[in-house]
Amino acid sequence: MPDEQKPEGSEGPPPAQGGAPTPPAKPAAPAAKPAPPKPAAPASKPPAVMMATPWDSDLARDLTDRFPGRVLATSTYLGQNFIVATPDGAIPVLEYLKLEADFDYLVDITAVDWPKRPERFDLVYVVYSFARNERVRIKTALPESFHPQTAIDVHLTANWLEREVFDMFGIEFAGHPDMRRILMPEEWEGYPLRKDYSIIQQDQRWVRENLGIESGQ
Amino acid sequence: MPDATFLDSTELVLNMGPQHPSTHGVLRVILKLDGEKVLGTDCVIGYLHRGVEKIGENRTYAQFNPYVDRMDYVAAVSNGLGYCLAVEKLLNVEAPPRAQAVRVILTELNRIASHLIWLGTHALDIGAVTPLFYCFREREEALKIFENYCGARLTTHAFRIGGLQYETYEGFEREVKAFCKMFGPKVDEYEELLTNNRIWIGRLKGVGVLSADECKEYGVTGPLLRAAGVKWDLRKAQPYSGYEKYDFEIPTRETGDTYDRYVVRMQEMRQAARIIEQAVENIPEGPIMGKVGKVIKPPVGEAYVSIEAPKGELGYYIVSDGSTQPYRVRVRPPSFVNLQALDRMVRGGLIADVVAVIGTLDIVLGEVDR
Repeated sequence: MPDEQKPEGSEGPPPAQGGAPTPPAKPAAPAAKPAPPKPAAPASKPPAVMMATPWDSDLARDLTDRFPGRVLATSTYLGQNFIVATPDGAIPVLEYLKLEADFDYLVDITAVDWPKRPERFDLVYVVYSFARNERVRIKTALPESFHPQTAIDVHLTANWLEREVFDMFGIEFAGHPDMRRILMPEEWEGYPLRKDYSIIQQDQRWVRENLGIESGQ
Repeated sequence: MPDATFLDSTELVLNMGPQHPSTHGVLRVILKLDGEKVLGTDCVIGYLHRGVEKIGENRTYAQFNPYVDRMDYVAAVSNGLGYCLAVEKLLNVEAPPRAQAVRVILTELNRIASHLIWLGTHALDIGAVTPLFYCFREREEALKIFENYCGARLTTHAFRIGGLQYETYEGFEREVKAFCKMFGPKVDEYEELLTNNRIWIGRLKGVGVLSADECKEYGVTGPLLRAAGVKWDLRKAQPYSGYEKYDFEIPTRETGDTYDRYVVRMQEMRQAARIIEQAVENIPEGPIMGKVGKVIKPPVGEAYVSIEAPKGELGYYIVSDGSTQPYRVRVRPPSFVNLQALDRMVRGGLIADVVAVIGTLDIVLGEVDR
């Protein structure tokens, strides 16, 4: 509802979407280089990109037509369909899927950190339709500073799921009514599921002050 | 806002947990009360957070397998099945038929074990002490089968990516059959104690109602969704591990209150036994391990695979960067998502109902917090 009024023109400020989010639909240029002079290289190396194929269906065409410039690709990998959308396109697509295509169950929201990319995070929504018995993922690539719109207005369940994404990755959702940490202590510093957060890293100050020990290791 | 009482003290904030016995672990619920009436709640979770997803990124695919058992530790077999299926999906392999049949048997046994824990503790919370002992008595028999099969009772690590590590042991089929034969009458026994019990009905009927629309809105799955009248079970909707071969019902009810969820879960235990009976009747011969190399290295890609765990939809979203370690493992835990509906279920009810509702949600904090 409120997301609808986002004008098409506002695509400028959000991240350069040309930077092709990880999984381009085409199996572009498989990295299988024609055998470097290694003598006994048996098979060609598996490609370094996801070998997704275009998702050919009415729904995919419909989405591409309806959200030009905001739905960047509709693909299939291992029989699982996903939509790549721009950061401001994810919520309208989610809403459209819910209202017009019966995808009434938001299964999950999660993120993946790709620190080397300019759009650092992939935000992933998984939706399911009871009526169609079909599952679709919506993926969007965000730069670190971007605050994606909350999905609570579309699905209430987004509340805790987005809090967890915030807690683990530090992605703040705009318009979320309760953007607090959920699993980690509220005063904790750092976002554990970021790739630059080491597995043994901890908030020393918090541990000292709250547990009365020097280190939890 | 409630009307002011003559004392002019309208609201009381009360902490329930994290050390309260009826919160089934370390759940802390902050309750806002007006007398006995619940005005609102806030859940504080994370006490059992171990960073399972982070650990996953730092272990190989095979090394991470035992860790998933530690999430929903009363249904460890289901956790393992979901994880193995997800990695198998990435590898594009399938477990051989024999492995699938054994997986179904153990997973359904685990569903029974998990539901028995729910029943025993839920009844205990309501004030019926006896069912707990009955339930643990039968659960013990299921755990003995796990122990004989893989050496562990709780965190079983029963399955491997691609199939099974162990062949079934001598007498496995006999013991499983004996369990099924024994179990049916035991469910009758529990039902005799509870189903028509006036106190049980009085405490559960109309309590913690969650309608079908609310369930979908909150992403609530499993017995809670089915008790609200939605005939949806992933074993039927998107069968895996050969569930399409077995004949079983999806029990549903209409109103979605705590009593309905009780009825649904009781029926589910019977159905689980029915599946086990069919599966154990003809376990196919053949290999138990699919074509999976010693080093598990899925191609670059991602997959979301989910199963019907005893608590609802348990999903794994795994991203592979082509190395031997997952780039990202996301667990979509049913307990975490279902717990979010607690506030909706108890708001406006009595404080005693909070205990009943936490019981009926059937959460495991290990899975909520991961």
